[in-house]
Amino acid sequence: MSKTNVAALDIPYPTMIKTCHPIFLFVIMGALIAVVGFYQSWSIALAILQLCLISSIMALGVNIQWGYAGLFNAGIMGFAALGGLAAVLVSVPPVKEAWAAGGVNIVLAAVSGLATIGAVLFVRARIERPFRILAITPIIIIGFLVVRWFFDPAVEAIEGYNAAHYGFLGGAGLPIMFSWILGGAFAAGAAWLVGKTVLRLRSDYLAIATLGISEIVIAVLKNEDWLARGVKNVTGLPRPVPYEVNLQKVQWFLDLTANLGADAVSASSIFVKICYIFLFLLVLAALMWLANTALASPWGRMMRAIRDNRDAAEAMGKDVTSRHLQVFILGSVVVGIAGAMLTTLEGQFTPGSYQPLRFTFLIWVMVIVGGSGNNWGAVLGGFIIWFIWIEAEPVSLWLMGFATSSLDTDSPIRNHLIESAPHFRLFLMGAILLLVLRFRPRGLIPEE
Amino acid sequence: MEDVLNALILMTNFVLVPGMAYGAQLALGALGITLIFSILRFANFAHGDLMAFGTMITILLTWWLQGAGFSIAPLPTALLALPFGIIAAVTFSLVIDRSIYRFYRQQGAAPVVFVMVSLGVMFTLNAIVRFVVGTEDRRFIDGERFIISAGEFKSITGLAEGLAFRQSQALTVITAIILVVALFWFLQKTRTGKAMRAYSDNEDLALLSGINPERIVMITWIIAASLATIAGVLYGLDKSFKPFTYFQLLLPMFAAAIVGGIGQPVGAIAGGFLIAFSEVTVTYAYKRFLGHLLPESLAPGNLVQLLSTDYKFAVSFVILVLVLLVRPTGIFRGRVL
Amino acid sequence: MRGGYGSVDILKNCTIAVDKGEVVVVVGPNGAGKSTALKALLGMLPLREGCVKLDGIDITSLAPQDRVAAGIGVVPQVANIFTTLTVQENLEMGAYLRTDDFSHSLEHIYELFPVLKEKRNQFAGELSGGQRQQVAVGRALMLEPRVLMLDEPTAGVSPIVMDELFDRVLDIATTGIAILMVEQNARQALCISDRGYVLVQGQNRFSDSGSALLANPEVRTSFLGG
Repeated sequence: MSKTNVAALDIPYPTMIKTCHPIFLFVIMGALIAVVGFYQSWSIALAILQLCLISSIMALGVNIQWGYAGLFNAGIMGFAALGGLAAVLVSVPPVKEAWAAGGVNIVLAAVSGLATIGAVLFVRARIERPFRILAITPIIIIGFLVVRWFFDPAVEAIEGYNAAHYGFLGGAGLPIMFSWILGGAFAAGAAWLVGKTVLRLRSDYLAIATLGISEIVIAVLKNEDWLARGVKNVTGLPRPVPYEVNLQKVQWFLDLTANLGADAVSASSIFVKICYIFLFLLVLAALMWLANTALASPWGRMMRAIRDNRDAAEAMGKDVTSRHLQVFILGSVVVGIAGAMLTTLEGQFTPGSYQPLRFTFLIWVMVIVGGSGNNWGAVLGGFIIWFIWIEAEPVSLWLMGFATSSLDTDSPIRNHLIESAPHFRLFLMGAILLLVLRFRPRGLIPEE
Repeated sequence: MEDVLNALILMTNFVLVPGMAYGAQLALGALGITLIFSILRFANFAHGDLMAFGTMITILLTWWLQGAGFSIAPLPTALLALPFGIIAAVTFSLVIDRSIYRFYRQQGAAPVVFVMVSLGVMFTLNAIVRFVVGTEDRRFIDGERFIISAGEFKSITGLAEGLAFRQSQALTVITAIILVVALFWFLQKTRTGKAMRAYSDNEDLALLSGINPERIVMITWIIAASLATIAGVLYGLDKSFKPFTYFQLLLPMFAAAIVGGIGQPVGAIAGGFLIAFSEVTVTYAYKRFLGHLLPESLAPGNLVQLLSTDYKFAVSFVILVLVLLVRPTGIFRGRVL
Repeated sequence: MRGGYGSVDILKNCTIAVDKGEVVVVVGPNGAGKSTALKALLGMLPLREGCVKLDGIDITSLAPQDRVAAGIGVVPQVANIFTTLTVQENLEMGAYLRTDDFSHSLEHIYELFPVLKEKRNQFAGELSGGQRQQVAVGRALMLEPRVLMLDEPTAGVSPIVMDELFDRVLDIATTGIAILMVEQNARQALCISDRGYVLVQGQNRFSDSGSALLANPEVRTSFLGG
């Protein structure tokens, strides 16, 4: 009970389950994807691989927070969504008319908002306690009214401009790959704010607080249409890789497919997927190198020392709070990058699709299953869990079909079972998490 | 004078009554969370789904009873099915505790491990509920809908504003009062209740006094699962049942428990109402209210809404974060986090 | 008795005995294993050798809770009351294992500690240090134990409170309960004791009557500060 943060789940586990060699596990993983390629289609297999890569980057980010420092961040969804927002703000061309209609007021609203915060901080530092609240309250009220004064007409004007297609300010019109950096920066900013406020909480409260904050982020993204169209979604984001239709017109590609004896249409889709995979692999490799270097460095050893015995580290003069803030920001940056990559891949930003089960808790399952504290474990967890998450549905459909094959095709039981097959994956995730926690609490590739 | 009366009626109809009902539902859920926290010492992330599970069983039985022609009109049939929903939720909780949580208790695992485990339970319960009833919105209320409807109220009083009081709201408030009184009587007056408080206060000394922890844990699950099911059914009667909504209720319930002071039953109740009323008042459009009170020349042109209704859920998280910042022990000085 | 944490033996050949109505005090320097010895008697420490007997019955294999039920009352050194429960509820929790009517014991404790009767509906956490210790002792007595073990009951209380507490301890002994006390305030504790043990490095260094130990020059110079 006295331990506040315990990263390596401190449970003895049966020694009979031997640790497999990590490379062996990755080979099995590759083989599984290949099986999908042979039996379903290579397009599906590559699509799974793309998201496996993104998932493992997210898991890597969470592992930096949890595995290195024992911070329980349940706000992954929020950081991923901020990355997605970055993708929109970087790549979409600016909507000039919307800027003309409400740009000035939005800027004024932002300025007055910042001024209010500044005034509150100023007063807070100057005035003693009993009178502080008396001084701050009117500032906040006035500030709120001023912000709304500029903000409301601005929003109305911006959202009023061609609402069917725009109704938002647009972005910077830059290549979308820049958003991978900006997404990280957004996440860093948010993590700094969040970390400053809630990092001092005990682990499960940190989880609740971050979960709540991520819901706030999503609520804002859903409702502030002027920013990124809210639930009306931004679609058709520009790509960092060629479009299939264009590829099919390029001579060298047609020659290539002709030489390989493949159909140009399906080959183009596979080519595009491979391009993405190449980009994602580059990012993953770079982040893995950074993360492993950091973990092995004196900084990484200090982080783990803090995690394992916070009091002792504090007694030795380590500034635990600021170390925690550091690692919280670093992990969030990685998640933000992955979030921007995901939106880039999907080519659209849909705030409604951010749900904690998929974007927060699923990533947690990845980290726990893979092995908290081990970066390779987190990556492997990302691969395995995403694979199961996707393949659970066809497999359970097949199983249901098999199990109910003796029933009539219009039997209600059969239909109900087949309809609810998609939920099987939730059950599977719960079961996997519980089993791993019980029998393999240090994950598939345990911390060294 | 009539304007003031109209304004008051308006507030009662759109803020006070719905806030009371929602607050009572949150309070019952938050009580369970706070009890589990005091005794098992972890934040139960599966509580919203436990609520959904108990409610689901109740709904299935309600449909069966309705199909078989049973009725306790004017009361909703669901009340007849509720005890079975409670039994199912309690049984489920006890099975999960025996088969899963107890292992970690014996290991003396850190609270965060329990939270992880509760995430696993959350996934599983989520799947079971969606598997059985699907993901759609379900309504299962029957019987008399209104104690007094807006139209009736208007014709009786002759006022411009109506006051509707739904039966589900009345049921919620009455049930919550009865349950809270019973729970407090149990905790304050009975031997087992005192033992629970003692265990929550000082586990080692409780063990030395011969208090059996397994029994305390069992009773905690029984109470928490019952309260969760009742809260879930009342929420479903008042609004509707949808698995995702119930999963989302987890956060306002956590917020209520923490805002009130985690580990403090009184705090959970205060927190529940505080969260509910903040959600309702912050997102309520005061245009008509002010229209009644102010002279016509000053009548507001816009909705006079602090935040749009879409931010309803976000309000509770904002309060949660503020409380964690300003007074981490909550209103009633719960455990220091 | 021989035992310790992990592979380290903190206790070596340590023998402690206490008879009905007797006050026995265990003293010794810091880290001598005084509290460990108490834990061993209570069953919170696995013994590698030796046994714990209560009225001639071997209770070595019993769990702490079962030893409490068998008649060992304990007042731990810290966190020995339920702070959020009232005084009376604390006492009731002490009697949790009893199924008979314990109002007589309750009256008895209120006679022993009149101030507790006055404050019985107050939260125990609101009481002063000395009163808290009274609640702790009272709680342990509610099961009417045959042995009462106190772990440094006077740690952190004022000298006046300490004297008063020792007086009460003597009162309790006269009712026929054996009292075993681990103490930092060696001199005062030995004054009221019938017998005393001086523990050094987990072993009995001296064992004699309290007054004899106080008179022993070696004990005086080494352990009582001259």
